[in-house]
Amino acid sequence: MTDDSPPPTSDSSASSAPMPEGSPDQESSPRDMVDRARIDASCRGPVLFFFLTAAAWLLIGSALALLASIKMHSPEFLSDTEWLTFGRVRPAHLNTVIYGWSSLAGMGVLFWLQARLSRAELRFQKLLYAVGILWNLAIAGGTVVLLTGRYLSIEWLEFPVWTAALLGLGFVAVMVTSLDTFRRRTHHHVYVSQWYLFGAVFWFPILYVLAHAMIHLGGATGVAQATANWWFAHNVLGIWFTPIGLAAAYYFIPKVIGRPIHSYYLSLLGFWTLALFYNWAGTHHLIGGPLPVWLTTVGTVASMMMFIPVITVAINHHMTMIGHFQKLKFSPTLRFIVFGAMSYTVVSFQGSLMSLRIVNETSHFTHYTVAHAHLGMYAFFTMVLFGSIYYIAPRLTGREWASARLIKIHFWSVAVGMIMYFTGLSWGGWRQGEQMNHDTMPFLDIVAELMPYFWSRSVAGILMTVGHIAFAILLWKMWRGEGQKRLRARKLEQQQEGPTLLARPEEDS
Amino acid sequence: MNRSISLLAGVLFTVAASFVGLVLIPDWQFVPLEPVQLDDGTTRPVPPEGSVAEGRLVYNELGCIYCHTQQIRPDNFGTDQQRGWGTRQTEPLDHIYDEPPLLGTMRSGPDLANIGARQPSRSWHHLHMFNPVITSPGSNMPPHRFLYEAIPRGDGERPDEALNFPEEFDDPHHWWVPTDRAEALVDYLLSLDHTYPTGRGQ
Repeated sequence: MTDDSPPPTSDSSASSAPMPEGSPDQESSPRDMVDRARIDASCRGPVLFFFLTAAAWLLIGSALALLASIKMHSPEFLSDTEWLTFGRVRPAHLNTVIYGWSSLAGMGVLFWLQARLSRAELRFQKLLYAVGILWNLAIAGGTVVLLTGRYLSIEWLEFPVWTAALLGLGFVAVMVTSLDTFRRRTHHHVYVSQWYLFGAVFWFPILYVLAHAMIHLGGATGVAQATANWWFAHNVLGIWFTPIGLAAAYYFIPKVIGRPIHSYYLSLLGFWTLALFYNWAGTHHLIGGPLPVWLTTVGTVASMMMFIPVITVAINHHMTMIGHFQKLKFSPTLRFIVFGAMSYTVVSFQGSLMSLRIVNETSHFTHYTVAHAHLGMYAFFTMVLFGSIYYIAPRLTGREWASARLIKIHFWSVAVGMIMYFTGLSWGGWRQGEQMNHDTMPFLDIVAELMPYFWSRSVAGILMTVGHIAFAILLWKMWRGEGQKRLRARKLEQQQEGPTLLARPEEDS
Repeated sequence: MNRSISLLAGVLFTVAASFVGLVLIPDWQFVPLEPVQLDDGTTRPVPPEGSVAEGRLVYNELGCIYCHTQQIRPDNFGTDQQRGWGTRQTEPLDHIYDEPPLLGTMRSGPDLANIGARQPSRSWHHLHMFNPVITSPGSNMPPHRFLYEAIPRGDGERPDEALNFPEEFDDPHHWWVPTDRAEALVDYLLSLDHTYPTGRGQ
């Protein structure tokens, strides 16, 4: 039953622990440690490059988000500069955080996880550098085009076709590299995280290419473009970001607390039901729209079926965590990832309910949906990325994080900021929906009622941005090698200290 | 599950099936749609041409869809029609010429599916675009003054197309004249009228 068991070891115990899929053995032989060091070394350059540039896009995306948020309550703010008008910074925010931050950081996590789990070195480093540079240039170019206005308003697909072509081309190399690592795996057993990563590297390019063919290259007619749009946009979250996020959660939670995942069979069920149902859920974005009813009903049914994979994953993660929650005190990785994993359950339940017509009638077209989207992309996925990077980066550089205080600032400002963002906009957005469905309430009165919630979003956004700056500083210092050198694994196990931990277990227990 | 071939087959099958079901099949369903013939011999919808098509691009590049929908929900679902935003539910037929359809997903501002019929005044649209609070006090729509050209008043005569502001918004030093983009955008907005009957039941 533990043939799926990942790696017991604690966050602290260094480049630590073995990765014995197949053996619950906690002891890591010297050979294991040499193997891991070799694998980490093979990832070092490209993965750090992806993380660093992703963090830069996170900062740019945050600035664009703040601009858009402020403009919602103070429309005169920077209003005479056309390229900073709301309709420009809003899509620029989405595309920089999706293709810049989330995808670049997600790919970094994907390379490292696949290499560690396959127990095979990452190859083609130069190619990956080239891909990283290509993606960054393409996103930069695409963002300039967006801000200067030469784009079509197709949500999640605003980048011009040439940008998309470059991103797609770069991704082919990502796919080849990741599959190359997977193919050279030295263990017969394939861990659940590897299925998700395997799926993600196929799913993203298929989605991206087909969506462009149907929309930008004229493959679909009229509102079929809208269904293609939401088939794509929903699936980017569902079968690109979610698999990476779940792969990381399935890896790090057992790894950090040092016990195998609760159930192999549940993870199997969770993976295949996700693959089967998430794909069909996207049309719930078009409920009430100009489409045959069967089409949106399919979306609703698939969304309800999503309860299966979500509950499965929730049980599996919770049962693994149970009895170990006190470890959240010590491990930044665990803290971010558990926050993310819990948000995954919440956002998925909420999303399924929002696909019901009775809920959708109120929530559709309102800021409630915006809050929901951030619960998915931020509270779940971005938090999991943060947690993963806190684990991976020290193992790439051989150094600890430069400051435990900055990690705490990062965690608390984004956690509080996100909770504030979500509660404010959900409450305000739901009221907006109810008032819109009262035909006697004048539209401008609804706008006036929303103002306090728009302000709360800006305050929450500032908090989250503060966290991002702390994170970027930490990553910068990590790259510059300013943290303490990591002690040799054996030694560290005894010492249990270093800023990577938020507190010393000895003191508190 | 250790066979990568079955993993690969499952991964490809799941996404391909949804693509066929959610994208290709609806597309086949919409391809044969034809415009409706009205009693006066004209047909609807009309493909956007000339300045309307240009205005549609301006609508795109200003990101209007991030706050405005162009879709009326059925009359038992929400109160779109009671608000006077439309007289019938939007149908696939209404968008057969739209590349891409600008349905939108957010109503920070009102729906615009029939704005041409609801607000046919050209000067209203220009004033609203120049600074929304002129026509709609309390609006949080961003002003689009960059779509207008400021001409110093000096001794020159007032240009015919200069905006006619209410007193409290008047600029004593400049005449404000719509650029071609502003005119095209208003042409497009005025063209938005889906009140024609489609011959289908609700």
